[in-house]
Amino acid sequence: MKKLINNPLKCADELVEGLVEAYNGECRHVGARSIVKNDIPEGKVALLIGGGSGHEPIYHGLVGRNLADGAACGDIFAAPPPNIVLEATEAVNRGKGVLYLYGNYAGDVLNFDLGAELASDDDIEVRTVLIWDDVCSAPPTQKHNRRGIAGLVPIVKLAGAASQKVSTLEELEALAKKAVLQTRSVGVSMSPGSIPATGKPTFDIDEDKIGLGMGIHGEPGVGEIPMTTADELTAQMLELIIADFEKDEEVAALAPGDEILLLVNSLGATTMMELLIALRKAKAILTERGLKIYDVLIGPFVTCQEMSGISFSITRLDDELKGYWDMPCQSVCYSKMEGRNGG
Amino acid sequence: MAKASLSVNEVRDMMLAAADQIIASEPILTDADRALGDGDHGVGMERGMTAVKEALAGKDFPSAGKVFVGVGTAMMSSMGGASGAIFGILFRSGGKAVGDATEFTAAHLATLLREGTDQVMTKGAKPGDKTMVDALDPAAQKAGEVAGLPIDEALVAVAAAAAAGREASKDMIATMGRAKTLGENSLGKPDAGAVSVSIILAAMSDFVAGL
Repeated sequence: MKKLINNPLKCADELVEGLVEAYNGECRHVGARSIVKNDIPEGKVALLIGGGSGHEPIYHGLVGRNLADGAACGDIFAAPPPNIVLEATEAVNRGKGVLYLYGNYAGDVLNFDLGAELASDDDIEVRTVLIWDDVCSAPPTQKHNRRGIAGLVPIVKLAGAASQKVSTLEELEALAKKAVLQTRSVGVSMSPGSIPATGKPTFDIDEDKIGLGMGIHGEPGVGEIPMTTADELTAQMLELIIADFEKDEEVAALAPGDEILLLVNSLGATTMMELLIALRKAKAILTERGLKIYDVLIGPFVTCQEMSGISFSITRLDDELKGYWDMPCQSVCYSKMEGRNGG
Repeated sequence: MAKASLSVNEVRDMMLAAADQIIASEPILTDADRALGDGDHGVGMERGMTAVKEALAGKDFPSAGKVFVGVGTAMMSSMGGASGAIFGILFRSGGKAVGDATEFTAAHLATLLREGTDQVMTKGAKPGDKTMVDALDPAAQKAGEVAGLPIDEALVAVAAAAAAGREASKDMIATMGRAKTLGENSLGKPDAGAVSVSIILAAMSDFVAGL
């Protein structure tokens, strides 16, 4: 594997240094490995995200205008330690409390919880909302055990917009929970990424197989299926999302007339050409079911180095969520104009 | 020859030896984690133990407990991930329970492992979940049984219990962490965290045997 790096053990630190430069004055480097916006107003309810590095442009690329106020960045594929979470928390806090919003992984939960304990010693109020959008990682009855994958992009976008408008931490927490509840994702992988420090692939998979429901670190999903066409795979993946909305008693089934956000994500190596081919089929399938695609997000948002694979995420919007979606946002990971994509 | 207890400096050097052994074992830990997780456990442990060496080497500590707290703090603040938090909780809470003892005995070893393991288990893992608890809990139990022995003999028994626990984890189905989605496919392989625990305790035992 040809990899353009320096010291393999310094990748996470060096990429965050580069990210700060990419923001060109909008954000700064804080503490050991956090990135924080420069212009957080006094009295704002703060939104802190974070997680392991190596999945760029998330998580830390979602800090920005009408998005997150800061991100606590871990090492490659590892949750940030509690001291980094604390440093980021102190830097984003403006006296109204801090919402932690991040993907549901054991390491992240342990470290963010320890960070929240340290923050409470400083009298900073912290609430946590976990993102668990990966329908293949647990059944609907155990959905709070699911992993967080690409659905975090629309969820952080919605919560970031809301964080500009709400006056209390409780309101922001409620809005983030609603966005999580209405978001479902399914991913597949065709070939692994690699760990920069070891050069080794994160998992093994046969050349003629696809890992259906596989996580962004190569965690197994529902099983391996034979390699197939873009159209057939798209239909199979969307069916899993639609079925999950039907099976989950806490949400309504997707019904004709529902307005949704559709995210087509590349895990890293899968090309825009492939995403576009999949999007074309997805649009046909969802339209046939009477669903209205309010906005489309397409590109590499949640990646795992040179892993190849794709994920679909659907977020159902109501009027409140649509209002927050319509707000413009700007960051290294995702930017949009006011209103729907492209204005 | 039986050694009744360890001085604070011997405890420090014992943990430095354990750190060296983990760093040398990085490829083993990476392969163990690749089979069940995402393959970053070896690199994480290497990073954590490198930080432990920086925190311990050449330093004087007022008590054995402070050495273990130092190990935990170095691991927690350098590693991140589930392992960093869990090893941090293990050594920090265990070290605090050992307190200001300046002669580290088998009874202190039992206190360290029991309190540390109990605090780790408050985070959700219980014996049988195919986690590092499956090496830790048998080690803590054995340490309780041999608390009256000389420290070198107690460590041999405790390291053997951890190794047996690691082997037993092969027959368990993962229900925690990233490996949980493997279900029955996790059978036949040991948990990487349990492998780390057994390496640390074996290195502690080997170091004390050589004193």
